[in-house]
Amino acid sequence: MSRTLAAALTAALLWFAPAGAEAAKDTLSMGMGLEPPHLDPTAGAAAAIDEVVYANVFEGLTRIGPDGTVLPGLAASWTISPDGLTYTFALRKGAKFHDGTDFEATDVVFSYERATAPDSVNAKKGIFEPIAKVEAKDAGTVVVTLKRPTGGFLFDMGRGDAVIVAPESAATNKSNPVGTGPFVFDSWAKGDKAVIRRNDAYWGTPAKLKRVTFKFISDPAAAAAALLVGDIDMFPNFPAPELIPQFAADPRFAVHIGTTEGETILAINNAQKPLDDIRVRRAICHAIDRQAIIDGAMYGFGTPIGSHFAPHHPAYVDLTGVCAYDPAKSKALLAEAGVKNLKLRLTLPPPAYARRGGEIVAAQLRAVGIDTDIIPVEWAQWLKQVFKEYDYDLTIVSHTEPLDIEIYARDSYYFNYKSQPYRDVISALTAESDPVRRTELMQKAQRILADDAVNAFLFELAQQGVWPAKLRGVWENRPVQANDVTGAYWVD
Amino acid sequence: MLSVAVRRLAGLLATLVVASLVVFTVMDVLPGDPAQVMLGTEAREDTLAALRTRLGLDRPAPERYVTWVAGLATGNLGVSYTYDEPVAGLIAERLVVTLPLAVFAILLSTAIALPVGVFAAVRRGTPVDTVVMGLGQLGVAVPNFWFAMLLVLLFAVQLRWASAGGFPGWSAGLLPAVGALLLPAIALALPQAAILARITRSSTLDVLGEDYVRTAWAKGLSRRAVLGRHVFRNALIGPVTIMGLQFAFLLSGTIIIENVFFLPGLGRLVFQAVAQRDLIVVKDVVVILVAAVVIVNFLVDLAYAAIDPRLRVRDVPR
Repeated sequence: MSRTLAAALTAALLWFAPAGAEAAKDTLSMGMGLEPPHLDPTAGAAAAIDEVVYANVFEGLTRIGPDGTVLPGLAASWTISPDGLTYTFALRKGAKFHDGTDFEATDVVFSYERATAPDSVNAKKGIFEPIAKVEAKDAGTVVVTLKRPTGGFLFDMGRGDAVIVAPESAATNKSNPVGTGPFVFDSWAKGDKAVIRRNDAYWGTPAKLKRVTFKFISDPAAAAAALLVGDIDMFPNFPAPELIPQFAADPRFAVHIGTTEGETILAINNAQKPLDDIRVRRAICHAIDRQAIIDGAMYGFGTPIGSHFAPHHPAYVDLTGVCAYDPAKSKALLAEAGVKNLKLRLTLPPPAYARRGGEIVAAQLRAVGIDTDIIPVEWAQWLKQVFKEYDYDLTIVSHTEPLDIEIYARDSYYFNYKSQPYRDVISALTAESDPVRRTELMQKAQRILADDAVNAFLFELAQQGVWPAKLRGVWENRPVQANDVTGAYWVD
Repeated sequence: MLSVAVRRLAGLLATLVVASLVVFTVMDVLPGDPAQVMLGTEAREDTLAALRTRLGLDRPAPERYVTWVAGLATGNLGVSYTYDEPVAGLIAERLVVTLPLAVFAILLSTAIALPVGVFAAVRRGTPVDTVVMGLGQLGVAVPNFWFAMLLVLLFAVQLRWASAGGFPGWSAGLLPAVGALLLPAIALALPQAAILARITRSSTLDVLGEDYVRTAWAKGLSRRAVLGRHVFRNALIGPVTIMGLQFAFLLSGTIIIENVFFLPGLGRLVFQAVAQRDLIVVKDVVVILVAAVVIVNFLVDLAYAAIDPRLRVRDVPR
C-alpha cells in the first residue's frame, strides 16, 4: 500500500510539472519586489507605479535617459526665451494614445491643469508650481509661461508625475493606463503580475520586445528561487544582496551593480536638544564608520557619501573626508560640548538598510558613549511620527528622489535644518539655467551641508541587478525610479 | 433542532458585530494616515486633504462605522483606498486562490493525519509508533514558512518538478492551476497534519481501551471491521474539534505561505493592505475571516451530531 502511494505521489508531481521556461527571444519577465497600488503615475507616490509604466506606457514632454540627462519625449524640440520664462515646445507629429485618439497640444494643457487643480491628487504637485500659464498655440505647439526662471523645469517635466494623459481616458488610468508609449497596457492580475505588449502604432522607434511581464515577488528567498527555476528572467533590483555571489557564479546570469539616486542618511533632528549643537552632530558623524555599515548591512554594495548628492552625478564633490571615521575626535567633541550620558532614540523603518544598518550605527554610537535605543516602525508610522510630527532623535532613511538637495531649504522638513545661506544657494540654483553655474551652485550646496553636519551622510544605495547574460539594453543605473525596457532585446 | 439553529445564528451574528467593532477601533487607533502613505513624502497638504475627503476619512468615526456596517449588510464592501476598486471584487479575485488552497490543505492534512494517527495507535509501543510520533513532533516544531522554503529549494530549484511559486489562473487549465497549489498546500498541510495525527492517536487509544471494542475483538471480528465500524467514528470527536480550530490557523498560515510562493491570494491582499494602510480592505477581510471561522465551527458542531447520535438529542427534558 505504501509503495503504490509513493508511486502515485511521484506520478502526481511529475504530472504537475511546469512546461519549462521557453527560450523567450522577444518576451521578458521581470521580477519586482513591491506591487504598485495602481497604474497612474500622476496620482500616487509609489515608485512601483513608475517602475511599470514610466517610459513604457506613459511619456512626458521630456524624458530622463539612463544617465540622468534630459531627452526629448513627446516634445521633439523646444526653445526657451532669453528671460527663461517662456518655453515653446514643438510636439511630435503623428503620436497617438493607445485608445486611438490623437496626441495634441490640448492634451498637454489638460494634463498640466489636471495636476494643478484644487482636487488634484498628484503626489508631486510642487513641480508644476512655477507654471503661470499653459497654452496650446496650435495642435502641434505648446507654450508654457513660468512665474520665474526655473533651472530644473525640463527635468521635472520628465518625471513620472508629469506624463501626458488624455481627457478621454485619464479617469480610468489607475486600472487601465492609456498613454502614448512604445508599450500598450495588456493586463494586471492584482497580486500576481502586470503585462504590457508592444505598441505597433508607436510614433518613434518601436520596442524590440513583444511582451513584458512584471511579476510581483516580495519574499527575497522566493525571488531567488523564481530566478533559478526560470519563472522570471530578471530582477532589476534583487532584494537579497547576500545571494548575489551565487548568481555571479552562475553562467546563465550576469550581475550588474549600478548606482541609484538613493542617499542613505542618518537623519538628525536638528531642533532637538542637544542635537542642535553642531559639535554634537559632528561627534555623531565622526563616530560612524561608513564602510563598516556598507559591508555589514549591504554586503559590500554601496558607495560612501559625505553629503546629500549621488556620486555618479557630474556635479558630485567627494566630501567623505569632512566627517571621517574618528571615534577619539567624537568623544572629544562630546566632552567639549559638555554632553554626558546622552541617550538617543534611533527610529528605523522596515527596509534592510535601516534595520541592519541601524544595529551597526547603534553599536558605533555606543562605542563613543551615546546610548542608543532602537525603535523599529512601519512606514505608515514613520511617515506620521518622524516625517510629519518630527517626533524622533535619529532615523535612518534613504531619499531616492533625483536631485533632491533642495529638501534642506524647505520651510519645514523633518530635519528641522534652517540655514539662510543654504536657502540662498538653493534659490539661486532653482532660478539658474546655465549648466556651469548650476554645477557650481550644487557643489556649494553640498559643501554647506557637509560643513554644517546636518545629518550623518552614510552611503548611496546600489542597485543589484541580476539578468540573463543574453539580455541587452536594460538600464544598469537608476537615475529615476523606472524600468525603462523600451530599448531591451535578446541576443542569440 | 430549529431552536438550536436559531440560537446558533444569533450567536454568530453577535460574534460578527463584536468583531466588527473591535477591528474598526483597532484600525482607527493604528497610527498612520492612508492618504500620506498613498501620496508619499512629496505630497502637499492640500493634495493630502483632497484625498482624505475623497476617501471619506475626514468624517467622524461613528458615522464611518455605521456607513461601513450598513454597507456590509447590503453586500457593498466599499472601495479600496489603494486600488480604487470595489473591495468585493478584489476579495472575490483572491478567494479563488485562497479557498481552493485552504480546502486542498485540509484534505491533505486529514488524509495524512487520520490514517497515520489510527495506525500509530494500533501499533502502539512498537518502533513504528515511535518513528511516527517523532516525525509528528518534528512537524509540530517546524515553522511552516521555513518548511515551505525547503520544499521550494528541493522540488523547484533542485529537481525542477515544480515552479517556484505563482498561480497561472484557473483559465490556464485545471491541472496547471492545481499543480501550482500543490507545494503550498503541502507546506500548509504537513505541520497541521502532525498535530492532528497526535490527537487522533491519543483519541484512538482511548477508544481502543473501551469495553465495546474488547467485545468486538472477542467476537472475532476482522481488524478492518473493528477499526472501521467501531473504533474510527468514535475516535473522530477529538480530531474533528481540532480540525475546526485548525481552520483558523490555516487561514492565518495562508498569509505567510502566499508570500513565500507569491500567490495572489487573500492572505497576501490583507498583508499588503495593512502596510499600505488600506483600512477598508483590512476591515472587510478580517470580518470575512471571522465569519468563516465561526461558520466552520458551526459546521463542526453539526458534524458532531452526524458522528455521534447521542449528541443529536440536544435538549434535556425540563
